[in-house]
Amino acid sequence: MNLFLETLIGGLLAGTMYSLVAIGFVLIYKASGVFNFAQGSMLLFAALTFVTLLEKGLPFAAALAVTIAILILGAILIERTVLRPLANRSPMTLFMATLGLSYVIEGAAQGLMGAQVHALDLGIEDVPIFIGDVLISQFDLVAAATAVTLALVLALLFNNTRIGISLRAVADDTRAALSIGINLNRIWQIVWAVAGIVGLVAGMLWGARQGIQFSLSLVVLKALPVLIIGGFTSIGGAIAGGLIVGAAENLAETYVGPYIGGGITPWFPYFLAIAFLYIRPAGLFGERALERV
Amino acid sequence: MSTQTPPPVATGAGLAPLVELRGIEVVYDAAILGVADISLTVAPGEIVALLGANGAGKSTTLKATSGLLVADRALVSRGSVLFRGEDITGVAPNLLATRGIVHVLEGRHVFGHLTVEENLRTGTFLRRLGRRETERDLDEIYGYFPRLRTKRKTPAGLTSGGEQQMLAIGRALLTRPELVLLDEPSMGLAPIIVEEIFEIIAGLNRTKGTTFLVAEQNIAVSLRHAHRGYVLDGGKVVLTATAADLRERDDLHEIYLGLASV
Repeated sequence: MNLFLETLIGGLLAGTMYSLVAIGFVLIYKASGVFNFAQGSMLLFAALTFVTLLEKGLPFAAALAVTIAILILGAILIERTVLRPLANRSPMTLFMATLGLSYVIEGAAQGLMGAQVHALDLGIEDVPIFIGDVLISQFDLVAAATAVTLALVLALLFNNTRIGISLRAVADDTRAALSIGINLNRIWQIVWAVAGIVGLVAGMLWGARQGIQFSLSLVVLKALPVLIIGGFTSIGGAIAGGLIVGAAENLAETYVGPYIGGGITPWFPYFLAIAFLYIRPAGLFGERALERV
Repeated sequence: MSTQTPPPVATGAGLAPLVELRGIEVVYDAAILGVADISLTVAPGEIVALLGANGAGKSTTLKATSGLLVADRALVSRGSVLFRGEDITGVAPNLLATRGIVHVLEGRHVFGHLTVEENLRTGTFLRRLGRRETERDLDEIYGYFPRLRTKRKTPAGLTSGGEQQMLAIGRALLTRPELVLLDEPSMGLAPIIVEEIFEIIAGLNRTKGTTFLVAEQNIAVSLRHAHRGYVLDGGKVVLTATAADLRERDDLHEIYLGLASV
């Protein structure tokens, strides 16, 4: 029983990290209707900038502030040079643009800051602690708490602020939003900046665990099944999807793995995602077109 | 159904036009002609009807005025659009909204996943109101459209067609426009709802002096409430007259179908 609980809780906690990555996708998908392939590169770029600034001797808070400022500038630059000229093109065109963007960002990150692996110490001790008689990673707990806090803050922002409601309005109907004076370009800039900051937080947590390096951008591949399961348009869905994927892959590895030689973790989420595509193509919390019949 | 309203009088007759289109031509995707040559004026305080069949160029004319052509990858390739005497050709739609032109799109275009009240709130955003002013202005709109108050918390996508049309108009009014462009407000609605909506429009025009340019296929209702009308065919203005004169003509349908030689 303890093994089961430990596996489940460990999986759920790891899942919140997947959620964190997925939230970045959801934000941009809602605002610009595009699957942002560059999210992984943005995450890498953000984390790499932060760790480089730390290594240059900046204190933690200053490095964080400078990184966020750079991300905001980057978002404005992307909106001006990529999104604005391609506005009103097909989603496929935009998707290809983000594909290109991901290589530009990745290239820029490595060109400016090198390709070596950076260690990042966030000062969270990665010693397991006992809760009752269940062993839990302390680092996972902190990561999960961060993810949940971030999601709550974003949810509050979306439901109660002018910018949040504008963003949801743009997601629903771009033309109508324009017609009542909502500045689409400003909304895109804000959303890409927020997605960058979410990427930074995710990148810091992932990076602290496995080192900040090129392969960090591949966490995108973890987010995809999370999005398919949770839905592309809901932050709550991203959280739920992350938890499901985290728990399922951990349980599968522990209980099914031994029978088929292990190594289930990389592909099991996709297996799950395909199963969900059969049952609920819009994902658990995905928005289908809301229409009265 | 209501009794025939008395023939309206154009309050803005003789004043400098609020909006003026001077021989505009619109092309979509740099290839397809939207309208060929449209000239029209709307004076402050007028309700002007824009009549014509599908494809006559009504929607394109409205989009040229509100700047929303840009969202369809189209542009005004000849002629100009003037608002209060200033050239606004090609100005972004969100900027025009802040200057007093609001466009209620064909097919209503409410924000389906937002509640009715959130939809209305979005209309106030460009004025950056405080909490109290927002509540006051929302109250005013609920006064015009009492049905909306009962549906405040309902996602707009789940309300009826008539309620969505009222919501789209209410949301537009909250931008405090000088000129409201309405595209086919009667589309897909029951006659009694259409009448209700047009009466609210006429009432706003009388009490607040709001100017309306209304594209409609429903000739009878729109001419009963408008002061003047333009008839479009094949992207050109083929006829213009006071609403009273247009009501007298029985060949409007033929012009619609392109049968008459005007």
